[in-house]
Amino acid sequence: MQKTSSPEELARVAKQIRRHIVEMTGAAKSGHPGGSLSAVEIVTVLYWDVMNHDPAKPKKADRDRFILSKGHAAPVLYAAMAEAGYTPVETLKTLRRLGSIYQGHPDIRYIPSLEASTGSLGQGLSLALGMGAAARLNGETWRTYVMLGDGEIQEGQIWEAAMFGSYHKIDNVVAIVDYNKLQLDGFVKDIMELEPLTGKWRAFGWHVIELDGHDIPAVQAAFAEAAATKGKPTVLIAHTVKGKGVSFMENNPKFHGVPPTADEVELALKELA
Amino acid sequence: MATVTPYELKYGAATREAFGRALVEAAKKNPDIVVCDADLSKSTMVHYFAQEFPDRFFSCGIAEANMVALGAGLAMAGKIPFVASFSAFVLTKGFEQLRTTVAYPGVNVKVIGTHSGISIGEDGPSQMSIEDFALAGALPGFWVLSPADEVAMRAAVAWAVAHQGPVFIRAGRPKAPLVYEAGTAFEFGKAMQLRPGTDVTLVGTGLLVAECLKAADLLAGEGVSARVLDIHTIKPLDDEALAKAARETGALVVAEEHLVDSGLGARVAQALARHAPAPVEFIGVENRYAESGTPDGLLDHYGLRAPQVAEAARKAIARK
Repeated sequence: MQKTSSPEELARVAKQIRRHIVEMTGAAKSGHPGGSLSAVEIVTVLYWDVMNHDPAKPKKADRDRFILSKGHAAPVLYAAMAEAGYTPVETLKTLRRLGSIYQGHPDIRYIPSLEASTGSLGQGLSLALGMGAAARLNGETWRTYVMLGDGEIQEGQIWEAAMFGSYHKIDNVVAIVDYNKLQLDGFVKDIMELEPLTGKWRAFGWHVIELDGHDIPAVQAAFAEAAATKGKPTVLIAHTVKGKGVSFMENNPKFHGVPPTADEVELALKELA
Repeated sequence: MATVTPYELKYGAATREAFGRALVEAAKKNPDIVVCDADLSKSTMVHYFAQEFPDRFFSCGIAEANMVALGAGLAMAGKIPFVASFSAFVLTKGFEQLRTTVAYPGVNVKVIGTHSGISIGEDGPSQMSIEDFALAGALPGFWVLSPADEVAMRAAVAWAVAHQGPVFIRAGRPKAPLVYEAGTAFEFGKAMQLRPGTDVTLVGTGLLVAECLKAADLLAGEGVSARVLDIHTIKPLDDEALAKAARETGALVVAEEHLVDSGLGARVAQALARHAPAPVEFIGVENRYAESGTPDGLLDHYGLRAPQVAEAARKAIARK
């Protein structure tokens, strides 16, 4: 992979990742395309620009870690890891099939270069803080990034972890809330409203950055601000669009857990040409 | 023989106390050991560790779910976390996290559950853990240890540190009778035979090991030769020693401070059904929750004592 800070280059990678997401979930006939598409720019900026990592040495000790706590968005992670060179691109379409390394939710037994097996919501922030605490204890400078779903943070464990992170000043951890406003059963505001969300995180002692999660320079700037923030962990409240990049999937609750049909895949790929 | 003395067993430290001391001892040698606590350090005895190694001690507040997954994160970054709470809390409030962040990916987390069984006494059923063998034992890859006394606990902690993979250690609140001589060598995963015997086998774990030894003495007075096995490792279970006991003595009693339906007895019955079917009687808590009382009063009231073990042995022998 070629690391880059160029927003244009990053946008090109992001588009390629979107194409994989559509194709994989279409081929699998199941999966979660909407919440994968909303996270594309953030994941792309992390892997291609921000994180210290090397697909040739996936376990190098000083690597930055990324945990996809919203494990159902596995397609965005698989597409990014494959494009980066961790795993094969050509088998992405085996997503969710028996024996595939591309399991329904990220599974470290099948892809050892993953940082965590996820899929049960609410757990990734605790894992990230544990990793951050270990790094600090060792005097090491690597950082841990964890992406949370907006629906996911309805889990009580997130707020247990949020208290822990600020109390223990784990400032080498960055959480990102992929705030696409939709969850499985519908709009977040109709299931369990999260607002005022920035106020909640501030009250829990976190440094909060609110941004457009599809604006690549804004995402880059937010991660830089997080790195410069000492004494408290940072959370990015990333406003995103579920299904982003495919007109008929955008903001459509149906595409939380329903894949595009063959015709829809074709249409989507045209839009992502 | 590994046993200290027949019948009149001397009391040693509580296994939770022994755990707290052994952890400090282990942590002096191994800088990777860290502790996660949920506001019970003075009860689980990890406060000894906190005093010695404040930087390696993580206070999580009363938040067990985060505590367990935090431990998993620490382990994934190379630490050896001991996640400590009452057994009743860490296994129930932290179960999902034990399943998904520890057992499923096979992460090197050590879980210590203190205040197990009904012998915690006055605090009553909300604090009593009588489901812990079922819960911890349900998790693939977990080793489940249940040391009978301070000597066994000390060995268990040292073993858990060296073992790569998830471990649950069960500890008790009251002082525990000394079953072992100091320095006894343990092989975890293998039953410890404490008495030879040919007529019946008394299988105990935790506090009930001492009761089994006392029961063997009672039976000896009647001319009955009772073998005594300490199952300090609930999982993986030593099927071989149990099958051998079934073949050589023809009848067994399993005694534990746990629900009978889902504890060691159920596991022993499964092992014997596979390898060497034999009549088995069960001593434990029968399908109910206990109540407040003194530790000794509760053990008497719920029938977790040597006379009940001896009576169960007579029944088992009669069923041969």
